[in-house]
Amino acid sequence: MTILNSMLKGFLGGIHLSENKFTENLAIEVMPAPKLVYIPLAQHAGKPAKPIVQKDDFVKIGTKIGESEGFISAPVHASISGKVLDIKQHPHPVLASAECCIIESDETEDWAAGMKEKHDYENLPKEELLSIIRDAGIVGLGGAAFPTHVKLSPPPDKPIEYLLINGCECEPRLTADHRLMLEYPIGIIEGAKLFQQILNTKHLIFCIEDNKKEAAKIFISENEEVRVLKTKYPQGAEKQLIKTVLNRTVPRGGLPMDVGCVVQNVGTCYAAFQAVKFRKPLIDRVVTVTGDGVKESKNLLIRIGTSVIDVVNFCGGFVDQPKRIIFGGPMMGISQYAEDVPIIKGTSGILVSKEVSSYEEGPCVRCGCCVDACPMGLMPTEIYKLVKNKKFLKSKDYGVLDCIECGCCAYGCPSKIPLVHYLKYGKNEVWRLSKK
Amino acid sequence: MKDLLIVSASPHISGKLDISLAMKAVILALLPAFIFSVYIFGWRALLVTVITIVSCMISEAIMQRMLGKKITLDDGSAVLTGILLAFNLPPGVPLWLPIVGSVFAIVFAKQLFGGLGYNFINPALAGRAFLMTSWPSFMTKEWLIPTGSTLSGIDSITSATPLTLLKNPANFGPPEVIIQRLNEMATIKNLFIGKVGGCLGETSALLLLIGGLFLIIVGIVDYRIVTGYLVSFGILAFVLPTKANLPFHLFSGGLFLGAFFMATDWVTSPVTKKGRWIFGIGCGVLTAVIRIWGGYPEGVSYSILLMNVFTPLIDRFTKERIFGEKKKGVKL
Ligand code: SF4
Ligand code: SF4
Repeated sequence: MTILNSMLKGFLGGIHLSENKFTENLAIEVMPAPKLVYIPLAQHAGKPAKPIVQKDDFVKIGTKIGESEGFISAPVHASISGKVLDIKQHPHPVLASAECCIIESDETEDWAAGMKEKHDYENLPKEELLSIIRDAGIVGLGGAAFPTHVKLSPPPDKPIEYLLINGCECEPRLTADHRLMLEYPIGIIEGAKLFQQILNTKHLIFCIEDNKKEAAKIFISENEEVRVLKTKYPQGAEKQLIKTVLNRTVPRGGLPMDVGCVVQNVGTCYAAFQAVKFRKPLIDRVVTVTGDGVKESKNLLIRIGTSVIDVVNFCGGFVDQPKRIIFGGPMMGISQYAEDVPIIKGTSGILVSKEVSSYEEGPCVRCGCCVDACPMGLMPTEIYKLVKNKKFLKSKDYGVLDCIECGCCAYGCPSKIPLVHYLKYGKNEVWRLSKK
Repeated sequence: MKDLLIVSASPHISGKLDISLAMKAVILALLPAFIFSVYIFGWRALLVTVITIVSCMISEAIMQRMLGKKITLDDGSAVLTGILLAFNLPPGVPLWLPIVGSVFAIVFAKQLFGGLGYNFINPALAGRAFLMTSWPSFMTKEWLIPTGSTLSGIDSITSATPLTLLKNPANFGPPEVIIQRLNEMATIKNLFIGKVGGCLGETSALLLLIGGLFLIIVGIVDYRIVTGYLVSFGILAFVLPTKANLPFHLFSGGLFLGAFFMATDWVTSPVTKKGRWIFGIGCGVLTAVIRIWGGYPEGVSYSILLMNVFTPLIDRFTKERIFGEKKKGVKL
């Protein structure tokens, strides 16, 4: 299989899922600005932004309300115009609770100065482009929310040959990137070209799974280099994508730039294009709202900071009492405990379920399904046992830190062992121990 | 009060396969061979199987109750152990023997090690090995003559299975004649279809093959173990000095039952991909060596048991290569 796989340039492991992309034919709708937004200062990987507004200040759409702290950080901006009610702890989709800037709308929808106008960007030097992107608070919109300017600033000894634009959207159910590719291909291409200019790469490749052929066709007709990939989860994970498209293997513990690549999500390209062309900071994003617990499924353009309850109400409300709300896709998403948790930059989907099946964790029957499925070549069965027995350091030898939390292992486990839960826990413990 | 939202770990969806479904699939895959067994050996085969199933289930329930554990008969693993044990018994054994074997399999080989998932040897094979060492005469003599055929598949010889014939041809007539008859097309055909004597469920290579392929296709049985086993055994049976031809070796005895259904037992085989190749090849080599040079006519069950013992070791030394890990000595 190894030989066959490398001939096909695929990655090892991974699984085939029912895609259930029910919303793929629904055009993106704009959700009107809500009355209240809760904008967390931490929406990205790295240091949270530092608040630069105060209670009772007035802000406009696009006003910077949090300044980035250090290089690996990103600023945040007001997504509506109105008054800052407070800056305080509020439920957060990833961090459980975090400092949020709460803004009440004045319903004027005024933009901050200089925004929404067209700017010439053809002849801007790349430093300038980078700083615009950084100032606009652009982060990776695929989910991990890594600040984009950092990814666009590889050290000089790491030349980048390939820029891969990730349009895989391999999570089941999510269609936000798919819709964006169908409706705003030109913006995506422009954004990708900006990245290409900044990175000075020769090759620019759009990577799209074969369940989105229509989207692929559009990019092909624009004379872009497109790679149509087999639909296989997790095709959109950076290292797996690079392996499939270029047959290059990012070394263990390394980054894509170690093999001369940078991967950017299609949504990120579009956001960067808007930032450069209109000086529009990242204040909204496309989110797929779906699930049996919400009346109408939609692909929505939502302001950052909108609470999930407002979103659901815009979609006709809940069907019954909701049992579970997930931010992200069904494989890697995070389940939420509060209905007023806000949409943040990294939120790609909202899944509402009225029915949740629960499983009892059985004994490991050593079937090896998890080992076969793991795209990172790990042995989840061994690692979870080590973590369960609190042998954290040994679990590090077994590669717990290499886990990308894709969920392939737990998905197929016949004993329904929450392997990802154990692996995440193990990772945290290893980090904690190594900090000591 | 409003119900709280459920917070659960990702992934939030899960595959359809669970333990009881997997066990049911294996049982389904064994069904054709079982029906055929009842056809050729008569009601006795049914009786023996029912006895092993029931005694396995009762032993499991009693042990789990005594150990203060949840009773998990619904996972189907005890039923499967019962069926596999029955498949490995001569159909004519005295009826207390399957009971003793079942109790040993469940109590000593499975539950005392911690139950499903913790046993390091295959319970059904352990039960068979226990009976084999304790009551060898019952385990090697109580063959039944299949309907419309003979034990050996050779018309004139009714008292030995094909493999005992091969081991000691001189006991049954002029050796050259017997060996020649064993290698005839007609005998091979009988072997493949299963119209020969042997353990209750092992005779029909054809039906076991169908069931086994089904399990490989649905992803319950690992193709690496099966391929490693059959290919390595086949090569050795071909090159080593033996009087029988390759098809005879492949289709006789419990090879297909062992390769598809016993060696591939999840719990007692390695979890790594490389480990499974090694495990399968190890089984094949041992089986060939026992059959050709050993004292027993058949070597399938002892080979698998021995490899079961090595499984933890194999797993330890065949860790998967982590994505992006450097190969030793190779520059990446
Ligand atoms: S979650 Fe981690 S261990 Fe499980 S399959 Fe994905 S990478 Fe492998
Ligand atoms: S998939 Fe589950 S039962 Fe199978 S080996 Fe992995 S952890 Fe054990």
